[in-house]
Amino acid sequence: MTIRRSEMPTTDDEVRVLSPTGVCGSGFLVSSFERALALAPHFIGCDAGSTDPGPTYLGTGRAAFPREAVRRDLRIMLLGARKLGIPLLIGSAATAGADAQVRLVREIVEEIAAAEGLVFRLALIHAEQSKAYLKQRLLEGRIRPLDPAPDFDAGTIDRSAHIVGMMGAEPFQHALAAAGADVIIAGRASDTAIFAALPLTRGIPAGIAWHAGKILECGAAAVVQRKTPDCMFAWLRRDHFVVQAPDESLRCTPQSIASHSLYENGDPFHLVECSGTLDLTQSRYEAIDERTVRVSGSRFLPAQRYTVKLEGAEHVGYQSVLFGSIRDPFIIRQIDDWSARLMDKIHGRVAMVYGDKLQRSDYHVNLRIYGKNGTMGPLEPVKEIRSHELALVFEATAATQEIASTIAGITRHQALHLPIPEWSGLITGVACPYNYLERGPVYRFNVNHVVEPDDPREMFPMELLHVDGATVRSIAA
Amino acid sequence: MTTLAELARLIRSKNAGPFELTFDVMFDDAATYERVKRSGAVTRDVIAACYGLEAAKVKFFYCDSALAIKATIPRPYFQGDLRDSDGHGGQQYAPLMDIRVE
Repeated sequence: MTIRRSEMPTTDDEVRVLSPTGVCGSGFLVSSFERALALAPHFIGCDAGSTDPGPTYLGTGRAAFPREAVRRDLRIMLLGARKLGIPLLIGSAATAGADAQVRLVREIVEEIAAAEGLVFRLALIHAEQSKAYLKQRLLEGRIRPLDPAPDFDAGTIDRSAHIVGMMGAEPFQHALAAAGADVIIAGRASDTAIFAALPLTRGIPAGIAWHAGKILECGAAAVVQRKTPDCMFAWLRRDHFVVQAPDESLRCTPQSIASHSLYENGDPFHLVECSGTLDLTQSRYEAIDERTVRVSGSRFLPAQRYTVKLEGAEHVGYQSVLFGSIRDPFIIRQIDDWSARLMDKIHGRVAMVYGDKLQRSDYHVNLRIYGKNGTMGPLEPVKEIRSHELALVFEATAATQEIASTIAGITRHQALHLPIPEWSGLITGVACPYNYLERGPVYRFNVNHVVEPDDPREMFPMELLHVDGATVRSIAA
Repeated sequence: MTTLAELARLIRSKNAGPFELTFDVMFDDAATYERVKRSGAVTRDVIAACYGLEAAKVKFFYCDSALAIKATIPRPYFQGDLRDSDGHGGQQYAPLMDIRVE
């Protein structure tokens, strides 16, 4: 196989990294990917998860991106990695990185291997935590809250549908160096660790490895103007790294790369990882040309104690949702009073229907009023309603779908005919395009804590498989 | 006198994890960034006032390399909770657009 060397000068001890896209399943251009392969990367890394789609995915074990979209991205990445004989590292499998999601990505990878006749050593690194392990660490005082954090006790652990630990670089390093994995499917992982692991093993200084990882993990998001999710490429060296998007129409500038550490981070200068904190206060960003940036000066401050962040989701109940709208200016001008009277009516009618079988604390009715403060809720500074119509979203949440829907039905009927003083006679005060919809189970995030493990790998057991086309067998890790 | 929305390249909000909201006010050029920074129009106290918080609850940063001002606040409801209205936290920046800059 011939590799076209790029115009970018290379050095013997540098590590070249390809990040095809910000989230596996969001897509990238094949033309960009092929340009990047020609730059001879040492590995391909791809983040596949986030908490951003909400607690439903950790709660249910489903993936936020469609299976076929994930398969498309994985197939191109796998074929590229096997063609060059370089590792492919996937972190935070299928959105939340719990065991069900590692299985889902494993299935897709095995289907691709069978269809394409690929041969490789596959490592699965699990991130889902056993309740017994967490209770033991809790008892030892080795689970600490971050700020802000919900309450966390043994009851929280019991109520959780799934709790995952966010792995650092060490489980990836072990799978690569000790187990010789060609392909890694990891459960929940630090996005950055996917990209820092191999460079750290190769002796790239930690400040360079972690900062480059932070830029790479979002794919081409750090360019000036991203048109569509796409590839990013970096050259990591002893005292700096260079970053460029393979698509020639995308530009990285010192400002665009510096800005990327702002995105979705609470603190733009200090990024906390398991093993320490990436410190960007001294980072320097310089343009090499009009679309390539050199970064230096980033530091990594090792932590006193190794910590692993936890993410958990618990089942809250089942929900039914009702949409409606109001056009009558009499109702709009008294909407707060109207809502309060409506809630009283709903609770009264629920009590009439269920009697002692359902307490007020057993269900929840939420009303969002769009046109008033539906988007910002308590943060909304505009108090005056300026719209000629309001949209209403009611959510009834209870222990079963049947109860939730019963309450949604009650809500609809009570809202439709709630009287106002301006009109005498039976009114119909809400327009509903259709009746309530059943949303199914709903979840909430219930953990924002860290664990102090004895060893960086103790929470992340690895399985090793030999994949040969359609044949898959376990091998000793 | 002009508004922050007229001076900034981008004003945005987003989750910083499920428990915090973060705001980025980004500028095209150093002169505009320095003008806003020096004006004192965007400070920790101003952000706190915009969202009805104590100043101590606001993390606040000037990011010179990025030509950006950044602030992070606790979410009023955690992401995905029953009363949360903005799962990605993407539409919480509008009050910042009207900040007056000398």
